[in-house]
Amino acid sequence: MSKKFLSGNEAFAEGIRLARPQVISAYPITPQTIVVERLSEMVEDGSLNAEYVHVESEHSALSCAIGASAAGARAFTATSSQGLLYMAECLYYAAGGRFPIVMMNADRSTALPWNIYGDQRDSLSQLDSGWIQAYAENAQEALDLALMSYKIAENKAVSTPYMANLDGFILTHTYETVEIPDREQADRFLPPYETDNRIDFDNPKNMAFSAGPDTNYIFKYKEHEGVLAARDVINETEKEFAEIFGREYTGLTENYLTDDADYVIVTLGSIAGLCRETADKLREQGVKAGVVRIRYMRPFPNEELAEALKNVKAYGVLEKDISFGNEGTVFTNVNSALKKAGVNVPGYDFVGGLGGRNISPADIEKIYSDIEKGTDSVNFIGIGGGNNGK
Amino acid sequence: MANKVADSISREEFFYGHKACAGCGGSLAVRAALKVLGPNAVSVLPAGCMSAVGFNFPQLCFSNNSIISTFAGTASMLTGVEAGLRARGYKDFTAVGFAGDGGTADIGIQALSGAIDRNDNIIYICYDNEAYMNTGIQKSGLTPFGAKTTTTPAGANIHGNIRPKKNMFEIAAAHDIPYAATASVGYIYDFIQKVRKASQIQGTKYIHVIAPCPTGWGVAPDETVDIAKEVVDCGLWYLAEYENGEFRLNHKPKEFTSVEDYLKKQGRFKHLTDEDISIITASRDKKWEFINKNFEL
Repeated sequence: MSKKFLSGNEAFAEGIRLARPQVISAYPITPQTIVVERLSEMVEDGSLNAEYVHVESEHSALSCAIGASAAGARAFTATSSQGLLYMAECLYYAAGGRFPIVMMNADRSTALPWNIYGDQRDSLSQLDSGWIQAYAENAQEALDLALMSYKIAENKAVSTPYMANLDGFILTHTYETVEIPDREQADRFLPPYETDNRIDFDNPKNMAFSAGPDTNYIFKYKEHEGVLAARDVINETEKEFAEIFGREYTGLTENYLTDDADYVIVTLGSIAGLCRETADKLREQGVKAGVVRIRYMRPFPNEELAEALKNVKAYGVLEKDISFGNEGTVFTNVNSALKKAGVNVPGYDFVGGLGGRNISPADIEKIYSDIEKGTDSVNFIGIGGGNNGK
Repeated sequence: MANKVADSISREEFFYGHKACAGCGGSLAVRAALKVLGPNAVSVLPAGCMSAVGFNFPQLCFSNNSIISTFAGTASMLTGVEAGLRARGYKDFTAVGFAGDGGTADIGIQALSGAIDRNDNIIYICYDNEAYMNTGIQKSGLTPFGAKTTTTPAGANIHGNIRPKKNMFEIAAAHDIPYAATASVGYIYDFIQKVRKASQIQGTKYIHVIAPCPTGWGVAPDETVDIAKEVVDCGLWYLAEYENGEFRLNHKPKEFTSVEDYLKKQGRFKHLTDEDISIITASRDKKWEFINKNFEL
């Protein structure tokens, strides 16, 4: 183990180096670019033995990764925002083909208006693409997700591509001290990729085929099962990770002071830290505040959320997303989890941080107070609220 | 000649039992190319005719490793397959793509340009049937001037497609590609030789083969080979190579056969006026002026 002062992007690249991808397809886009820059340096200096392909677009980046995965190789690519949308066709393709590619996405706003800063509208728009979606809070978690991602994605029961999301700039470009596992330990944790879902000269295959109405839905059912299987595999992988590397993670969600909480903010990504700090401050004032950080949007933590929120007086979802004409998508997902579990507590949606707009400590305090007092169904922080079918 | 051609390729079938239309020129090109490249060819085919007729689970017809790519992603998936197999230590294989005219000249041109630019060790074969045939005969960037398609109707105001074919052969060559060639299923031995030559060259290889679609062209299924020969003989297509920075013409007709006869045999050109035909003939002559000046024989 060594320690380095790294940005989120650099930490993720370190994790990928330890994961030994065999093919990397690279295309630059702010704020992801530093990942592919660092990886190119690692290939150049010989510390990473991978085919590094300079593709000419994001569509080709993922198409190339799919081809490499179909050849049985461990494949990596990275993107952000417009790039993620441009490659969207290939997202569904990789998932349907059950190719366990890992991709880092630097969460960034989508045009128009143009904006390079962080929100989560890019990745949340692709929840239905069939990928596992993880959201990191800090650089250490980013590195650890990079290493764990392949082990989860490549698990035979899962065989699903994995998208690790880092908040653009706020996480990708801020520096912190990060522990880097030893190469030997990383190799012990993550063995080379073995699969039958590949080109095989002894037993030739026709891959990525068509399937008509009779069989298509069976493939889709199996795809759904694969993502669901990741629930247990994530927990098992984190357990093994903790045994080898000594850092513990908590599965699909991370709860903070929720056991006796009256008012809880459910959020995801790097803003969770500020929410926890605010909860601490409110606790000192006698308000029983708590935080649930969603670590995985797919598979979705239905049971975990119901368990964490069943005894609260009210909750709010803080998200950097809006599904225009309705509400934030995270809010929709959380509400569905509670409804299914029969948990009936008031909940409110707080949309903020779009296009990288700052969310201040005062904003978070106001969210807690709005939750306590009751507010509109959907609230744009600093602008106002409205009700859509409340 | 016929025996020589048959003897030069494998007796094995790699693309067999598919449901292509009778007389399909594209399937002939794929079948012949795979017989040249053998069992270690890995085929990448985008959404299009050849994947639609060959890959319907559980009826899968390729006996070599084959995979469908996204429509735009033939070349980029080829790149990934080649890099992935190489990274896993394989040496004795050929990554070959078979994409139609739309998949190549329209939606797939960016990925193709990228692959040539990287000089990835792949063979890219464009089987050109001159329209989006799989979706029912719509105009592509390689539909010739005057052709009637379901999106370029022939009426009193507009006589079918108003634009000439995009010049994919010279576009590929302009990347200074190690090897590019034109071919026609009407000259199958020439095509086979070019596929063989491509398999022996390192880097990116592009072969553009005319592959008539009887359904879309409005000819009888048993006329595919004849019409593919005639398009070369009348000078509207040509057999050439680009290698080591130079163009070479492989076949120079002593005298062109009639352009009008070639056109009028096909349903898609039936509507052409004498003036349309003279425009087509003039463009042929201009092209051959260029060929005679710039291509070695």
